[in-house]
Amino acid sequence: MTLGPVTSSTDVATPAGEETPTIADGKKIEGRSLGRIAWMRLKRDKLAMAGGGFIIFLILVAILAPLINKVLGHPVNEYHQDKIDPNLGGIPPVGTWGGISKDFLLGVQPVTGRDLFSQIIYGAQTSLLIALLATLLAVVIGIVVGVTAGYYGGWVDSLFSRFMDLILAFPLILFAIALISVLPPTKGFRIAVMVLIIGGFSWPYIGRIVRGQALSLREREFVEAARSVGAGSFRIIFRELLPNLAAPILVYSTLIIPSNILFEAALSFLGVGVPPPTPSWGRLLSDAVDYYEYDPMYMLIPGLAIFVTVLAFNLFGDGLRDALDPKSNR
Amino acid sequence: MPTSTPQTERAATRPATENLLEVSGLEKHFPITRGAFIRRTVGAVRAVDGLDFTVRTGETLGVVGESGCGKSTTGRLVTRLLEPTGGKITFEGRDITHMSVRQMRELRRDVQMIFQDPYSSLNPRHTVGTIVGAPLRIQNIPTPKGQKRAVQDLLELVGLNPEHYNRYPHEFSGGQRQRIGIARALALRPKLIVCDEPVSALDVSIQAQVVNLLDDLQRELNLTYMFIAHDLSVVKHISDRVAVMYLGKMVELAPRDALYATPMHPYTLALLSAVPVPDPSRRDKAQRERVLLTGDVPSPIDPPSGCRFRTRCWKAQDKCAQEVPPFVELAPGHRVACHFPVTDAERTPQGRMAAQHAAAEVPPDTAAEPAL
Ligand SMILES: Nc1ncnc2c1ncn2[C@@H]1O[C@H](COP(=O)(O)OP(=O)(O)O)[C@@H](O)[C@H]1O
Ligand code: SF4
Ligand SMILES: [Mg+2]
Repeated sequence: MTLGPVTSSTDVATPAGEETPTIADGKKIEGRSLGRIAWMRLKRDKLAMAGGGFIIFLILVAILAPLINKVLGHPVNEYHQDKIDPNLGGIPPVGTWGGISKDFLLGVQPVTGRDLFSQIIYGAQTSLLIALLATLLAVVIGIVVGVTAGYYGGWVDSLFSRFMDLILAFPLILFAIALISVLPPTKGFRIAVMVLIIGGFSWPYIGRIVRGQALSLREREFVEAARSVGAGSFRIIFRELLPNLAAPILVYSTLIIPSNILFEAALSFLGVGVPPPTPSWGRLLSDAVDYYEYDPMYMLIPGLAIFVTVLAFNLFGDGLRDALDPKSNR
Repeated sequence: MPTSTPQTERAATRPATENLLEVSGLEKHFPITRGAFIRRTVGAVRAVDGLDFTVRTGETLGVVGESGCGKSTTGRLVTRLLEPTGGKITFEGRDITHMSVRQMRELRRDVQMIFQDPYSSLNPRHTVGTIVGAPLRIQNIPTPKGQKRAVQDLLELVGLNPEHYNRYPHEFSGGQRQRIGIARALALRPKLIVCDEPVSALDVSIQAQVVNLLDDLQRELNLTYMFIAHDLSVVKHISDRVAVMYLGKMVELAPRDALYATPMHPYTLALLSAVPVPDPSRRDKAQRERVLLTGDVPSPIDPPSGCRFRTRCWKAQDKCAQEVPPFVELAPGHRVACHFPVTDAERTPQGRMAAQHAAAEVPPDTAAEPAL
């Protein structure tokens, strides 16, 4: 007795036509990494490139502030009473645009006549220093907690996830004001505390993303393949998971920088930022509130500095996300 | 029963006598838990529920069964990516059932795995060179001519261009990616390779190429395979013996030719009649005699009492619900777990037609019957 269908299904061995290789030989052999592909996509995104360009410009300005100021500005705390109009109660600067002139590129502060240009470029230093350090802190904590929660899963994950929820629900601004106002107002100390607070409360944004990605990545077979050749957890986390997490981490760090800049500005605006005389955009803005009737430019300029900076980081971050997201086909 | 040449060759070149791998009573129950912090176990997925089989040195054991019947879990238990909840696994005479990760490190060289999904099994951020070289680095394998050279030799061995060393996985087709996975598995010169549906995700036209490659490599490198597939047609060409699984259990295990010619378990008979027939002149007849099972595979959380196949079996009787059929040898090397094995008469075309009608009439709600 023969089973019809079975016997005839034996010899499928006849090789079905050669598999068409995706890689044509003869082309250049160097592989195109996903990073290079993303860079090519990013280059085509004009807005993101403009944002990126501005970010680089701003970082250079912050680093070279003393040099730039020597050429284009005046010492930060130099008073220029001659630039203040004595006829109007000694408050607004001389001239229509807040005292903007060849000598004072962004005008002068009301009352004191200090150079606003130097305040802005040193303010960029403060702003970027605090925002970037806070972001760095957030990224480090976010990666450690996110990877641990995602990779180990189970109760570790439950614990860390609830902890992240808790932090995100925290009345942060109130806490920051309360804490900073009772601490000594020295510059270095304030900066450190602000970095700790801003970074210490923004890491769950990174942590959540990393956790979610790690949770799905650890189910991928390449993790199992690594384990099956004898790789330990340490190696799996650093060699298998982290390279795949680099893209989302980069994107979300870029996207929390602007919110950290705003946070720093808000704290300074509320009087609990870096202490004077260190320039800060937020404090300039809060200062300007008292004079906006006499000198609207004084409010507009630091406001614009914050706005353009935040916009640039957001545009760049969004562009980066689109470029790195394999599902976006731009 | 026409026997094609490769089959005869296979029998001649394989003196498969020693057992490389011995498995007895193997179980894997995944606990089902509730609650975030205080976890209560509310049940278990009985993914693998008591397997007894051996894999002989140099042979290919085909393992076949529907999706979800526990094939991958079995493969992961054998490679010890999972820890069994019961039973015993012996590799080369050593009990590896509960070896720790550290103890397993050395064993990893001998037991390797090829994964089902050629897209998810290669890290998209690593080059082919990094992927195939990883086992060598992790296990500190000396490479006299340099690691790059060693990797390129492996790529050549699996039919890939060694120049593509610096390419990334996304630049390859599915079949080529699967070859990369094979090269990685071969890097440590293992003795046993568990191939978990290595061709299921590939185009039919490419499947045969990859199976043939595995076949050639086996001859060249004296490999032993446990070859998992979800239908009987894929394993027929490459297997020496074939095991059929259903809902976490093995229902039949026999030498290849015996299994295809004289299946004894009703489930095997049904699976065999579902094998696609390439010969058009035979196809109609095969279609007519096809034994189609009604109903779904029951849940492994709460499997049927007695014989697990009884809810879909057209031969089921009261005994099948009451007693678990033992997995016994009914012919030399031919083990079956069934109270009422398929008889010769049932394997004739008439018998198959009868089985077909009977199978179609199995009430779909038998699963709901209270267990006795
Ligand atoms: N890690 C796990 N946790 C819980 N259940 C699992 C896990 N892995 C597999 N299962 C379950 O075990 C059963 C068998 O799965 P698997 O071995 O993957 O089957 P197959 O490979 O035959 O398709 C399925 O019901 C599946 O849902
Ligand atoms: S034991 Fe009974 S139910 Fe199970 S396969 Fe055999 S005849 Fe069918
Ligand atoms: Mg599977």
